[in-house]
Amino acid sequence: MQKVKTRLSIGDRTLKLLVLVTAILVLTLMIFIAWQMIVASKPSFAKFGWSFVTGKTWDSVNGNFGALPFIYGTLVTSLLALILAVPTGLGLAIFLNEMAPSSIKTTVSFLAELLAAIPSVVYGLWGIFVLAPWLQNTAEPWLSRMFGFLPLFQGPPLGVGMLAGGLILAVMILPIITAISRDVMGAVPNTQREAALALGTTRWEMIKTAVIPYAKSGIIGGIMLGLGRALGETMAITMVIGNRAQISASLFAPANSLASVIASEFTEATSLHLSALVEVGLILFSISLIVNILARLLVWSVARNVTGGHAA
Amino acid sequence: MIDSADRAITMDLPSNYVVRRYKNWLISGLLILATLIAITPLFMVLGYVVANGIGSISMSFFTELPKPMGEVGGGVANAIVGTLTLIFISSIIGIPIGILSAIYLSEYDRHSLLANAVRFTTDVLMGIPSIIVGIVVYASLVLAIGHFSAIAGGVALAIIMVPTVIRATEEMLNLVPYSLREAAYALGFPKWRMVLQIVLPAAAKGVITGVMLGVARVAGETAPLLFTAFGNNYWSKSINEPIAALPMQIYLYATSPSKESHSQAWAAALILIILVITLNLIARLALRDKNT
Amino acid sequence: MLAKLVKRNKILIGALALLAVITIIAVSGCSGTGTKTESKTENATTAGKSVSLNGAGSTFDQPLFTKMFDEYSKDNPNVQVNYQGVGSGAGIKQLSDETVDFGATDAPMKSEQKAAAKGGEVLHIPITLGAVAISYNIPNVPKEIKIAPDVLVDIYLGKIKSWNDPRIAADNPGVKFPDLAINTAHRSDGSGTTAIVTDYFSNVSSEWAKSIGKGTTVNWPGGVGGKGNPGVAAAIQQTPGTIGYVELAYAAQNNITYAQLKNKEGKWVSPSLEGASEAAAKSDIPDDMQVSVVNAPGEKTYPISAFSWVILYKDQKDKDKGEALVKLVKWMVHDGQNYSEGLDYAKLPQNMVDRIDKMLDTIKY
Repeated sequence: MQKVKTRLSIGDRTLKLLVLVTAILVLTLMIFIAWQMIVASKPSFAKFGWSFVTGKTWDSVNGNFGALPFIYGTLVTSLLALILAVPTGLGLAIFLNEMAPSSIKTTVSFLAELLAAIPSVVYGLWGIFVLAPWLQNTAEPWLSRMFGFLPLFQGPPLGVGMLAGGLILAVMILPIITAISRDVMGAVPNTQREAALALGTTRWEMIKTAVIPYAKSGIIGGIMLGLGRALGETMAITMVIGNRAQISASLFAPANSLASVIASEFTEATSLHLSALVEVGLILFSISLIVNILARLLVWSVARNVTGGHAA
Repeated sequence: MIDSADRAITMDLPSNYVVRRYKNWLISGLLILATLIAITPLFMVLGYVVANGIGSISMSFFTELPKPMGEVGGGVANAIVGTLTLIFISSIIGIPIGILSAIYLSEYDRHSLLANAVRFTTDVLMGIPSIIVGIVVYASLVLAIGHFSAIAGGVALAIIMVPTVIRATEEMLNLVPYSLREAAYALGFPKWRMVLQIVLPAAAKGVITGVMLGVARVAGETAPLLFTAFGNNYWSKSINEPIAALPMQIYLYATSPSKESHSQAWAAALILIILVITLNLIARLALRDKNT
Repeated sequence: MLAKLVKRNKILIGALALLAVITIIAVSGCSGTGTKTESKTENATTAGKSVSLNGAGSTFDQPLFTKMFDEYSKDNPNVQVNYQGVGSGAGIKQLSDETVDFGATDAPMKSEQKAAAKGGEVLHIPITLGAVAISYNIPNVPKEIKIAPDVLVDIYLGKIKSWNDPRIAADNPGVKFPDLAINTAHRSDGSGTTAIVTDYFSNVSSEWAKSIGKGTTVNWPGGVGGKGNPGVAAAIQQTPGTIGYVELAYAAQNNITYAQLKNKEGKWVSPSLEGASEAAAKSDIPDDMQVSVVNAPGEKTYPISAFSWVILYKDQKDKDKGEALVKLVKWMVHDGQNYSEGLDYAKLPQNMVDRIDKMLDTIKY
């Protein structure tokens, strides 16, 4: 045994070195991108300091920039997308993995994969031409009739706005959440399920007690992938969010997200305006970082509660 | 698990069982509802694209260069080849980096400081708007070379692809049972063979899902290509020249004044979707586990 | 189990190899086709090296430029011009960085942009004019209602809130306006169209000039933003009571309802190509050609009109490219003008063409 190991250790060392180098490369890449952004956003930071994060005005003509409306727009639309997509996406994944007969399973999972393959510019076009008019003429008037007492559903129905943005994002991240959750649940050994069923559980109890706890950290990983996509999604959301730098309680109101303001204004921006847009990118970077730290804490706390299984 | 087993045995079986059965049905119903809700937008998006795009698709759409905007006819042949080229370049850069990094995270230093730093990095990279990646590649690579090129476009797309591939691959590698690794060791496999020949193939199906999510994401990217691949109205003679891409062509047609261009945008979108789905299917068929 | 995995691993490698082969064939097929086109090109050419020029900038110019360059390459098969509409600001930046041979912009370069240009002095060559139509959606109101400059600005400032405001009715005797709230729509993306409109607003209203100003993106006092002309048009069509602005070409080709505006001479004019050309013909054009023609004099002048320029370096570094570029731009201001009106772009007035020729003759290569 000892002999075998020494004979093949070149292969071992090569692979270890290779993966280590790539991992460091990925790390370097981010540091490089972050550094480039920091350099480019310096003029804006020098002028506005931390008030850039709390400022509500975005005025490129007079060179006065504050990013709060975009932070708000990004958080609201991403949150809305998660609220809509997580239960649906998980439900779909559970249905496909645990309930569906194999013919339905093949067809529906193929369709769900198609959904992931549609490019975001196509979602954007569909959002403008189909989703926004439907929201304006049907969904938003209904919501404001039924729930108009909530500030969330007040104001004129314009179609485009935060609600449209959140819906589009939900449709886009759903296949990601489903695909990852399904793969993770598929990896749960059948012995787990059989053991649970043998104890007399119903199918749902089996899923709840034997499958989900085992797959939990992977599912959260999938949700985080989806959230990452939602935060950074640009093209589709730019086309439906209404693009106004304002903070309003109503989901019907037009808003702007961090990514969409960059995509909208970047090609025409110069000097300070350009620098401010890069700083907006940097804020997005930081939000991703914070969300990610929270997610990791969540995964750790979940992993600690799981006994047995694969968690090491 | 043990709790529920206890309960199942000790509780009054008949009445409790009815309640549990109803609960099971109710939740099954909810799951089916979730499935229907999830599938609806797919049919709506696809249906809309097909209905609007099919009319403009003909043989010449696949074989000819674009005509000046607003004119009927012409094709997007150069953009189709351009998108394939860009996907290829970004894949040969992005997929190995993504999978190797994931192997590092899952098989080598799972809990080291570096590993956690790389994990943070990938999650943060995923949230960067793609246009920023385009700008960084423009500022570093394009300005250094002095002109736009397919290579620069491919590099930008690879950077966007890598985090998705890493995160999905790592999730899948983590799920490979330890018993499999132990079995490989017991048979005298060195670690590198264990990783490449046992763990990676065991996770292949999920890894392909991750890779395809990455490819699908970059195949539809417009913004990072604007300042890197740049676009081309003609054929590119080499990958060191500006190159056309379908998403840029779609965006161009969609925002132009004329109605002819709008239907060409839908047709190009239909082709892009078919392209991504075909790549997806090829990868899946190639890796199909014949025993399942 | 293990043996199966090892076997599957072989399938994986095989699949990857297959994918690689397919793509290499695709890529070489692409370059092969490219070479074929090139050789055809060389056969057809009697003289001159084959030159490929890259240009970037204004999205407004793209439909016109792709048409012009397509026609140009029919007569000059050795010249291939690749133009991409990445936005005026990006076009200026890329010319400054010398990653393209020429740029195109809807607003002249600012002095700090000129200072940043790596290739030295930049010339601005007017190629065409754009006009912006004011479009609206009010149920049961006829086409081409009349809107005075101060009324238009006050609508966008949010001072006039309803369509039955007496100031709107005053210019439109006999039209019954509904009691409907006014919603304003504007471009959300940085755009030359916005620059023209806000330039006009600033020209006719000192209050607008002071509080909002002009630029490719401004801090709008209200309303919704739409991406591109289609986004604004959609906002107008979807919500009754909305007013917005779109490029004339877009309005004309999509049968969009537009308003008549009052020009500097007090005449009511509909947006038209002739009205835009007239704005250039009746304006005093300086030698560097960098001038705004909004609210220009002339009875037929349409007030929201502006030039779009090709920008290029006075000192061309590459002789072949420089020569081809100057020849191309000359063709654009002469024969190329024949393609303008068919695509809803305004022609340059004849009195400018000679002056542009002289300017182009100063380019060194």
